[in-house]
Amino acid sequence: MAQLAAAEPLVMTQVAASRRSLAARLWSQPSGRAGLIILAVMALAGLASLAGLVPDNPDAQNPAATLHGPSAAHLFGTDQYGRDVLSRVMAGTVLSLQTALLAVVICAVLGTLGGVAAGYFGGVISSVVTSIADLLFAIPSILLALAIVSGLGAGWQNTAIAVGISYTPIFIRVVRGPVLAIRSADYVKAAQVLGFSRRRILFRHVLPGVGGILAVQVTLALGWAVLIEASLDFLGLGPPPPAATLGLMVSDGTNIAGIAWWTLAFPAIAVVLLVLGFTLTGDGLRDALDPSAANS
Amino acid sequence: MSASAEHPASGMPGSDAPVVGAAVLAAPVLAAAGLVKVYPPAGRAGQPSIALAGVSLALAEGACLGVVGESGCGKSTLARLLVGLERPTAGTVLLQGQPVTNFRRPELARRLQLVSQDPFSSLNPRLTVASALTEVLLVHRRVPGRKQAEQRVAELLDMVSLGPQFASRLPHEMSGGQAQRVAIARALAAEPQILILDEPTSALDVSVRAGIVNLLARLRSELALSYLFISHDMAVIRQLSDQIGVMYAGRFVERGPWQSVMSAPLHPYTRALLTAVPEPHPDGSLLAGADDVAHDAPDASQVQVAARARTGCPYFPRCPIRIDRCLTDDPPLEVVTGAHEASCYLAGVAVESGGVPAESGGLPGERA
Amino acid sequence: MTDRNVMSASPVLAIRDLSVGLTTRAGVTELVRSVSLDIRPGERVGLVGESGSGKSLTMLAVMGLLASPVTVTGGSAKLGDTELVGAPDRKLRAVRGSEIAMVYQDPMTSLDPLQRIGEQIAEGLRAHGTSRSEAGERTLAALAEVRLPDPHRLARAYPHELSGGMRQRVMIAAALAGNPQLLLADEPTTALDVTIQRQILSLVARIQRARNLAVLWVTHDLGVAAQFVQRLAVMYAGRMVEVGPTTAVFNAPQHPYTAALLAAVPSTTGERSALGQIPGSPPEPGSLPPGCSFASRCRQARPGCTQAEPALEERQGGVAAACFVPPAEWRP
Repeated sequence: MAQLAAAEPLVMTQVAASRRSLAARLWSQPSGRAGLIILAVMALAGLASLAGLVPDNPDAQNPAATLHGPSAAHLFGTDQYGRDVLSRVMAGTVLSLQTALLAVVICAVLGTLGGVAAGYFGGVISSVVTSIADLLFAIPSILLALAIVSGLGAGWQNTAIAVGISYTPIFIRVVRGPVLAIRSADYVKAAQVLGFSRRRILFRHVLPGVGGILAVQVTLALGWAVLIEASLDFLGLGPPPPAATLGLMVSDGTNIAGIAWWTLAFPAIAVVLLVLGFTLTGDGLRDALDPSAANS
Repeated sequence: MSASAEHPASGMPGSDAPVVGAAVLAAPVLAAAGLVKVYPPAGRAGQPSIALAGVSLALAEGACLGVVGESGCGKSTLARLLVGLERPTAGTVLLQGQPVTNFRRPELARRLQLVSQDPFSSLNPRLTVASALTEVLLVHRRVPGRKQAEQRVAELLDMVSLGPQFASRLPHEMSGGQAQRVAIARALAAEPQILILDEPTSALDVSVRAGIVNLLARLRSELALSYLFISHDMAVIRQLSDQIGVMYAGRFVERGPWQSVMSAPLHPYTRALLTAVPEPHPDGSLLAGADDVAHDAPDASQVQVAARARTGCPYFPRCPIRIDRCLTDDPPLEVVTGAHEASCYLAGVAVESGGVPAESGGLPGERA
Repeated sequence: MTDRNVMSASPVLAIRDLSVGLTTRAGVTELVRSVSLDIRPGERVGLVGESGSGKSLTMLAVMGLLASPVTVTGGSAKLGDTELVGAPDRKLRAVRGSEIAMVYQDPMTSLDPLQRIGEQIAEGLRAHGTSRSEAGERTLAALAEVRLPDPHRLARAYPHELSGGMRQRVMIAAALAGNPQLLLADEPTTALDVTIQRQILSLVARIQRARNLAVLWVTHDLGVAAQFVQRLAVMYAGRMVEVGPTTAVFNAPQHPYTAALLAAVPSTTGERSALGQIPGSPPEPGSLPPGCSFASRCRQARPGCTQAEPALEERQGGVAAACFVPPAEWRP
């Protein structure tokens, strides 16, 4: 069994070296294609919001137009303060994306460093790193977020830190496995016999094999981060009102869903699309790195 | 070639005495003295496993020493120790007279290289042939720069009879034989004087195997290399070796010039091995006189593992000509005739003549 | 080594023009092309070839064990009067294990690691309608027949407790417990030490003679072929290029590929000279050259060889070969 588990990352390594570009293979996967399209749409919406190409100012209140359903003037309707829901959703998308990105940068960097150290050096370093990972795993992310936010205050960066730290152990585990497997691969032993330095072996022979797995994990982590971030905002642990976060919008919308379904539906759909987009892309990447797909 | 008295369980290096009657040779290019390798027990209650129980050898410059043995004999462990991938529990490896620990790894790599069994796992699947070879050339400064590296890569490919179009290929774009040639080229890129070859042809088809064997023979004479060729295949070993050593239970049980070992084996295990090789001639020799009873410890590796845990000759349980002494005393590897050594008290006793020595003892109920 | 009586009996297995192909969107790639072979009762037939020759696929096709997209694309394989190609699953399952038994290279993947040996063999027997008590008896008898020590104790052992050689004996015991007419073996001794291989070959030969069993033995090892089988078929690029009594094929090969293969095999006796090499590599299944698939690598190739593919025809000594150039005209 251990042999099979060890073989998989090696196999993925080999396939990643295949001729047909990864992007081409990803596009040919139905899940990859769907994921990329969804992400493209959401990214465009976010960019438009950043560029100010929104129908209305997301924070502009209009007491005369509260709780209007979707119409030509307000495609997604207005909320209880008369704010344009579409603009707020677009702004919320930006916030979600930037929080998720920061969170994943944190956990990817910390997790990869830890995973590589644990996998490559083994011994005491590995024990220390995996113990830290286990510790972090044991703490529910919500509690961790609560602790961080109460310590550092509310704000999207702090949410990102909370999400990032709680996802770090997953990265450690995901990276450590392949590094461990590749490290005992014959071609790494061959590199040792060929007299290469440890540094060269690590950077030129071990790490490149991990790249594919890392890419998949980063993509999946982004989806997960969006979800957790939205959950934290929903619980009020994120940036406070009047911030246009998708989580807050869902929270507010839940209260008045009976009379204004659009205030709940559109922010919720936005969250779902973001998570779906990342997850599908991640799955597509994993399939694209899968040997059976490489032969087609 | 030096004779070494080996006492497997003691772990003490054997003494190197000049061989009586043989020409005095230049110092061996690669030597090992009393190599012992013990692995810690698997579980808490397990026994430590002895992979090598005292191996000494001497490889003369330009010679090929063939090491043959079945599973569990320790030949792969020997390869790993010689190449420096693992350290011996006891004993030393000597490269050009100096302990191998004196050399830093890159220096070692420029003198001694390894070719393994499966080229698809020993070649980095992400590197093209050119990248892999160039890396070796540049790390060991065998060429002044990248420009010259290109030229040298083409030379190396030509040396292993591959066309220049292979430079841009990835391992999975080649056949087994081609990949193995690349692995050989990569080893040669470091310009070593010694090649350790660990079952380099075992994973290849018959016709491809022939090509690699011929290539290795040609390279040895063209580049004045010395080989330690490890295989379980007697016929392939015979093809290339000047000297053949037979390993069993972590030590050499016989060693000598290839003609003597093949035509006049002294150790009963060597004889058993030779009789068991299926000759590609339809003469019915393999099945005639074959005994299909599964012995109590029928698997070579299991026998050898068990053997190392006891005193006496490790081949005792399977030996057809054993005597009482074999149970208690472990025969040392000694010269029997000329440069031909064997570790058997009855070395050279012919079993085929139907003669079983007067005293064939053994524990009750342990008849082979 | 040939048994005159064997020649007259009707074949246990008659393979006629069997073809196997890989079906993709791009079309059908032929992997085995029109293979014909008879195996008579009490006969040991060898199927020899290098990787990609199609020898294992041929055997799998006979047993109906090919997995889509690899399928039989033509021909027949008859066990006695029963057609196996295209037969319904139900019928194939009834035949497998009872009429035909198969032994593979790696017993570890054929044996269930979580079940005791005896139970696995007995289960196979019960699946074919044997009663529980009879299955138990036949299991012990089978284990004893393969000369395993202490069959009672061994029947209670798990696969991982046994060595490779013993596991292979168990596989043979399991195969023979059902009392088959035909034993198909796909490289069963390749992963074993030579001393164990010799024991296994001797074992199978003894049992085969005792039961007048028909055996098809696939191997890439020409030594094993020479020593073990009475008739030999050589495959190359999915086709059978030579077939005949082992002695005749070895002493006077009628196909240049067979000759080249024999020249490439090292021996432990005789002159030590450079091994015969075959230039180039076997063609990829999807891109076979026109005419004879061996022509581009063949020392004896003549201009006509790339025009048409030679058919397998009777030559001398009971040997059939698929080559336009008779040995008398071969260049050295």
